[in-house]
Amino acid sequence: MTQHRSWYKTVLGVFFTALMLFPVYWMVNVSFTPNDQLAKANPDWFPIHGTVSGYVTVLHQQGPYILTSLFVGICTVIVTLVVAAPAGYALGKLQPPGGGLVGFLLLVAQMIPGIIMAIGFYAIFTSLNILNNVFALVLADSTLSVPFAVLIFAAFMSGIPRELLQASEIDGAGSFRTFWSVVLPVSRNSIVTVALFTFLWSWSDFIFANTLDAGGDHLPITLGIYHYIGDNQLQWTSIMATAVIASIPATILLIVAQRYVAAGVTAGAIKD
Amino acid sequence: MVTKEKNTPMSLRRGGAAVPAVPPRLRRLRRLRHSRRLIAWTFLAPAVIYLVVFFAYPMYRNLDLSLRNYTVEAFVQGNAAFTGWANYSAVIHNPTFVPALYHTLIFTVVSIAFQFTIGFGLAVFFAKNFRLSRVLRALFLVPWLLPLIVSASTWSWMLNTNFGVVNSALGWFGINPVDWLTAPVWALVSVIIANIWIGIPFNLVLLYSGLQSIPQDIYEAAMLDGAGGTQRFWRVTVPLLKPVIGITLLLGFIYTLRVFDIIWIMTKGGPDNTSTTFSTWSYQLSFGNLVPQFGPGAAVANLLIVLTLIFAFIYLAVRRRLDTA
Repeated sequence: MTQHRSWYKTVLGVFFTALMLFPVYWMVNVSFTPNDQLAKANPDWFPIHGTVSGYVTVLHQQGPYILTSLFVGICTVIVTLVVAAPAGYALGKLQPPGGGLVGFLLLVAQMIPGIIMAIGFYAIFTSLNILNNVFALVLADSTLSVPFAVLIFAAFMSGIPRELLQASEIDGAGSFRTFWSVVLPVSRNSIVTVALFTFLWSWSDFIFANTLDAGGDHLPITLGIYHYIGDNQLQWTSIMATAVIASIPATILLIVAQRYVAAGVTAGAIKD
Repeated sequence: MVTKEKNTPMSLRRGGAAVPAVPPRLRRLRRLRHSRRLIAWTFLAPAVIYLVVFFAYPMYRNLDLSLRNYTVEAFVQGNAAFTGWANYSAVIHNPTFVPALYHTLIFTVVSIAFQFTIGFGLAVFFAKNFRLSRVLRALFLVPWLLPLIVSASTWSWMLNTNFGVVNSALGWFGINPVDWLTAPVWALVSVIIANIWIGIPFNLVLLYSGLQSIPQDIYEAAMLDGAGGTQRFWRVTVPLLKPVIGITLLLGFIYTLRVFDIIWIMTKGGPDNTSTTFSTWSYQLSFGNLVPQFGPGAAVANLLIVLTLIFAFIYLAVRRRLDTA
């Protein structure tokens, strides 16, 4: 009976998942369908006339965009970790007076709509003459992850046993030494979580890229796709091939770090 | 992580025991306690500076923009005339104001209603482990992880009037092609559909983790008392899950009010502003026209922030009550 019931649940579960992931399948399907086969009222459900021409075009045209996104993503991760890890340690473990207020402000900062930040940064970057600068884009992108990162670090680091830190101090290590050689190594999991989400958000960013870097020499992959869509020829095979490539980091994240993903979604929302 | 924590202190403590004299250790501890505040603030300082430079200052610039009459030249030279609330008044009397507000609310409420209901249903479905349930639950995260431009462009093509798979599937049931993205009555519906798809995983994950924290023996007790499945859901699950439900809904509101990418990429708020929200309208005013209107754009953005902050403070109040409870 139980055997039978769980089997029936698995079938239902597979059905729901297939339904949910249909758009993803469709993206892959279209990416392999030649452009001249796309202009049909009843599209092919499988890439029977399969082609990789979309991917070839993408690799020729979008290579620099992909590299830019990788670069921006990695730089954003570095900035975020440098700012957030010490702050998370301070809020989670050292708890200075006034720390509660900082934590509160970080929660609010996380909720500020992107459009407000985009307009504000546009004004600032114009005055400083750093529009269309990749490093300026990195700084803007880091605002997507820094508040989240501090809160995650604070949550994880508050669980580090006090004796561990005391032992290190008794050994003669200063606070910074303790942070560097005790706190950071035991917080490896939270560092991975933060780095993964930071990279993903920076990689996926569209609004900052489109307002602050649209005229730059180095455009990220999101703008590569956006310009493809804006293009009148509407090369959907290539657009979807680019979309598939742009989805690779998310896919890797899910395969390699599934438990970190679930932790990242719930942390900051439920756990304190 | 747990094993790491258990291993490291042992070795460190062994090292600590090797230090012979007691007094210097005590003195060092006392000195540490004195400078602890200073050290804590040294660790916190970069984040505080960051908050000021990268959050407070852009928000201040945004507010400043909304209170001045910025032309393109003034924007570059920074000498725009102060006009007080003129931009706000102009925005509120703009014919787009009422539709944009209405669309923002409809978009948010309808998205949340579906995301939450479907996410909750799936969370309950996945709550009891079955074969493959872990893998399938992980796959459900995909829409949430994909870059929004990927999701939005995929949905754009799926909803294409002539060649889209959605209209093709509707055709099997004898339904005529729908102008999803180009008809005024359907544009908002289309972006809501895409947004629901993206938001389901978030609701699923939060509610699922909430369900996991309900002790199993409560269900067993309810079962012994003769409660059926429906009764167990309404009398046990829902009351015990109330805090998580509240937080999921409030965060949902906060993060849906601000949605920009999906709408902008799929419809640009069109046709004829029929799917525009505060986010896209603000963007349209600031960056979408040949002659940018930064003042009114910033004013709309600030109205959006007021809307967001209302929900944010409810959320923070709820959280505080939960933390102290």
